[in-house]
Amino acid sequence: MLKKRGDSRSRVNTEINAGSMADIAFLLLIFFLVTTTIEVDKGILVRLPPWSEEDPLEAKVEKKNLISVLVNANNDLLVNGEPEQLSSLKDRIIDFITNPTGRDDRPESPDKAIVSLQNDRGTNYDTYLTVYNELQAAYRELRDEEAEKRFGTIYDNLSRDQKKQIVEVYPMKLSEAEATDFGEE
Amino acid sequence: MSKFSKKRGKADPAVSTASLPDIIFMLLFFFMMVTVLRDATVKVEVIVPEATELTKLEKKSLVNYIYIGKPKEKADIARYGSAPRIQLGDKFAEPADIPLYVEQHRITIPEVQRPQITTSLRVDGKVTMGIVSDVKEELRKSNQLKVNYSARPRQGDLR
Repeated sequence: MLKKRGDSRSRVNTEINAGSMADIAFLLLIFFLVTTTIEVDKGILVRLPPWSEEDPLEAKVEKKNLISVLVNANNDLLVNGEPEQLSSLKDRIIDFITNPTGRDDRPESPDKAIVSLQNDRGTNYDTYLTVYNELQAAYRELRDEEAEKRFGTIYDNLSRDQKKQIVEVYPMKLSEAEATDFGEE
Repeated sequence: MSKFSKKRGKADPAVSTASLPDIIFMLLFFFMMVTVLRDATVKVEVIVPEATELTKLEKKSLVNYIYIGKPKEKADIARYGSAPRIQLGDKFAEPADIPLYVEQHRITIPEVQRPQITTSLRVDGKVTMGIVSDVKEELRKSNQLKVNYSARPRQGDLR
């Protein structure tokens, strides 16, 4: 009796089929792949000026070194008092900074140029950021050009020391005035 | 010659798939680890503008987010109106709440890394600059000067 029982037990296959385990794991894997999004946050990195309670010092800036960019509540662009298109803003800025024709009303050297940006409280954020982007793009292009000339590669590939040299030639001096309050928010 | 064919005939053709679940589980754990679930649901509508000069934000733990846009949910619109609002964490806020929000995030970061803290401004393109200026002012007041205007890569040319 006992012997017989033992015999029947030993005959039962004790191995569990693990083949479906992979399917279950696959299902979980696909679930996680679909539900989770590896979100990359990209954007325009800026450094805000520190806050001070006092009024900013009246800095003496020669008019020829300054290019003012105004964006009003209708999202119109005014560069040094003249209307300007968004698409030609970058070239205008580059032309002003480098002053290729040696005009008197432009800065003598690129490191003296100051870009002043002012917007209205009613300006669209979209327009503001596009303008900001164009200003950065202008400087990026100039820096890339200079880096290519000096080191034979674009600005981003340079070492920290080399970058410093380039920035000395083309420092991005951006002054953001407080927003005007003419337009409707 | 005959020796070889004999051996082949005897071999078991089934390949063991017992280790397959382990491999899949490994993949599964990898994906569970690397993906970060967003901690706050965005209650405002944000479609960030397009730009070309983009920088990638590297360390997620050193970033705090400020969302600005119109409320998404009908219930929120009924309560707060459809004007653009600021969202800090998972709730609506006023510009005056920003210093506290920034500080609460700052104290969780080791002191050496604090200068690298970045605020990511995820602002809807249609929002006007008034509210953004107020936020910028508050950020400057709370000495959080590293700011990232969130944007997506531009497709095609500028209008």
